[in-house]
Amino acid sequence: MIQADVLIVGGGGAGTSAALHLARRGVRVVLLERGLVGGQATGVNYGGVRQQGRHPAGIPLARKSREIWSRIRELTGSDVEFDPSGHLKLARSAADEAELLRWNTLAVEHGLRPRMIGRNAIRELYPHFSDVVIAGSLMEEDGSANPRLLAPALARAARKAGADIREGHAVTGLEHDGTDFRLLANGTRFAAPWLLNCAGFWGGEIARQFGEAVPIEKLHPNMLVTEPLPYFLRESLGVVGGGLYMRQIARGNIIFGGGRGESDAGITFTRPRPDAAFEVMRSAIAVIPRLEHAMVIRSWSGTDGTFADHFPVLGPSRTTPGLIHAFGFCGEGFQTGPGVGAVLSELVMDGVTDVPLEAFDIGRFTAAQIAV
Amino acid sequence: MRIVVVGGGPAGIRAVEQLVRAGVTPIWIEEGPDGGGRITQRPPPGFTRDHAALYGADAGRARRLHATLDAMKPRTDWRPDTLVWNIRPQDKVLHTLTNGAAQGEVAYDALILCTGAMDRVLPLPGWTLPGVTTLGGAQVALKSQGVGIGANPVLIGTGPLLWLTALQYAKAGAKPAAVLDTTDFLTKARFGAGMLWNLPTLLRGMGLFAQLKLRGVKLHEDITPLAIEGVDGVTAVHWRDAAWKEHVTPCDAVGMGWGLKPEAQLADLAGVPFDYDATQQNWVPRKDVAGRAPVAGVYLAGDGAGIGGVEVAELAGARAALAALGDAHLPSDMALTQHLDGRLRTERRFRKALEQAFPYPAKLAARMEDSTSVCRCEVITAGELRAAAAADAPEVNRAKAFSRVGMGRCQGRLCGTPAAAVLAKALSVEVPEVGRLRGQPPVKPVPLQQVG
Repeated sequence: MIQADVLIVGGGGAGTSAALHLARRGVRVVLLERGLVGGQATGVNYGGVRQQGRHPAGIPLARKSREIWSRIRELTGSDVEFDPSGHLKLARSAADEAELLRWNTLAVEHGLRPRMIGRNAIRELYPHFSDVVIAGSLMEEDGSANPRLLAPALARAARKAGADIREGHAVTGLEHDGTDFRLLANGTRFAAPWLLNCAGFWGGEIARQFGEAVPIEKLHPNMLVTEPLPYFLRESLGVVGGGLYMRQIARGNIIFGGGRGESDAGITFTRPRPDAAFEVMRSAIAVIPRLEHAMVIRSWSGTDGTFADHFPVLGPSRTTPGLIHAFGFCGEGFQTGPGVGAVLSELVMDGVTDVPLEAFDIGRFTAAQIAV
Repeated sequence: MRIVVVGGGPAGIRAVEQLVRAGVTPIWIEEGPDGGGRITQRPPPGFTRDHAALYGADAGRARRLHATLDAMKPRTDWRPDTLVWNIRPQDKVLHTLTNGAAQGEVAYDALILCTGAMDRVLPLPGWTLPGVTTLGGAQVALKSQGVGIGANPVLIGTGPLLWLTALQYAKAGAKPAAVLDTTDFLTKARFGAGMLWNLPTLLRGMGLFAQLKLRGVKLHEDITPLAIEGVDGVTAVHWRDAAWKEHVTPCDAVGMGWGLKPEAQLADLAGVPFDYDATQQNWVPRKDVAGRAPVAGVYLAGDGAGIGGVEVAELAGARAALAALGDAHLPSDMALTQHLDGRLRTERRFRKALEQAFPYPAKLAARMEDSTSVCRCEVITAGELRAAAAADAPEVNRAKAFSRVGMGRCQGRLCGTPAAAVLAKALSVEVPEVGRLRGQPPVKPVPLQQVG
């Protein structure tokens, strides 16, 4: 049996970041990942490092994480292709424009500095947009990174700092003996007084086993990429109301997505949906007409967990001391992953964190919601 | 009963023939403008070279296949110029792209995939120069466009296609500068006995060899290709002979290929599991002897279901159609079924010997220099792939995630085989242990702009 101080289930951005932050503070930490680290939501998402558009309750966490993104190379030894290229959110109607203004006012109260780009300026600065676009809001410090690289880089750094990161370790036994959590994975027993539930969509099942069922739902992103095109798009793009996000990487490919993919009942596979792909292709051409000549070379999906209120579950268990949940990031966990790991390490080591977590409490669901 | 056949090559033609015989009108989808397959590639209308000149010893087979193809088209829902780019097996729906522009959906109850094969390559320094093509590409150019890849090409690789292509070029008036075979004579001789299971084909192969000799084409065995040289295009091939003597052979084009790999992306998207076939050195979609995949309603035949060659493709195409008919309780010819099963058993023995006699040079691939491009779409070198291995990539999909190998326009169809060899060597494991690149839709690029 392997005795540790902290056990982490799930090797996504949150889990690997928690392992790194804890190991750096000298904690004996074991992370158990069923597949390879970053194989699910952290690895297959769009790669947006975006604070823009978040609910005010989520902004402090996003800001904390953004600060870590600035240090990602120092922290992991890899830049994970993080590029603070700016995130530009587009308005396609007067109502959209009003929505941008509304959020920008809120954001300023939280210390962010978004900048409106009006009707004339957007024509002048971004001639590749069609007339459908009437205004935009730019968050200069937002941007993107390569989702395939984040969790592996955090895991490598965590290993270097002394964490025991175990891939190919599906947890098949899970209990709390009053003092320690006891886990069985890949034939090995693990025990520790702390357990961090960072298991993404499957975190809902872990919570349920500790008497905390949650109304989590599957979320499958619908992602596509084009062949390389001449470089023209610096900012990562979104639109008011969602349904389209798009960025161009330095080698020219346009990565874009919108709508939802699908899976079978057991989630043995996830797939993009052709109808959703067509919809997002139409939306993309409507915003950037030159894309009508582009070819899609690949599409993909993956699995995240989401809740109706669009907040994750992040914070201590209500039933079991030593258990902390961090799962169900509703498709917005890539940017926050590094910050969530820091928050988890603070909760374990200091008992407090400077990020308000009330909105993310696992106790927020009503019995009726859970029953559904 | 909606039966859909994908592919108008030898397997597809023989599958459709059986379906029509049983009174079924299948939907028949072909990616190209016409059927006929690759080895029996059909020339476009107006082309004047006759079957004998185009196909040599396979002329009779080509003539028969093309006649059946033409006879079947009006008796089916024939849809040429149509790419199947995705399958949703849970709903039994295919997504198609016609004439490169029009999106469509085709529902099926039974689906017979006859998707063929493509060349396996061995990346070399200079292999992305203009003038370098695959042996299959060199053949298609000759048969369907009436042009050669060059007047003095060097042909490199191993297998019957190497000699066949050389002879076809010689007959068409080109003078191959050299034919460079990476397999030594002894390996071929050792497994030659196994090829007695199909004596006519063995004799045809030996005939090819003899005719090349007669025409004065230089054949070199047990060679190691070192580099393709040139600046704006191919000017020479640098290689080493069995006695470790180095040669530079001037040429104006290069055709290369080391056997074939199944074009099995649609089977993959249909959810068919794959197994590594150590003899073929290919990942092959799983099927029973009749061609049934372990996915409801999906049947596999021809080289897309594991390399067997044109003769096996014809037999397996017919057999898969009979299986689909039988499973649907439609009339199927029991006597023919038994006959086909017997022939397929014999052919499998022949094929095993053939694959052993002309192996993919995985060791050469694994030893590739760090600076050689493995993935030509994304320009990823062997060195970058090895760096990915060092950064905890225990299998090819993770290596793809780290290095971008196989992420480009061809989606790893070309680089998948050599990339697996490089990665396996870097990790000191056997090739099958690094797995295979997972298929992702679209099978081939589709335009953002949708029509129809």
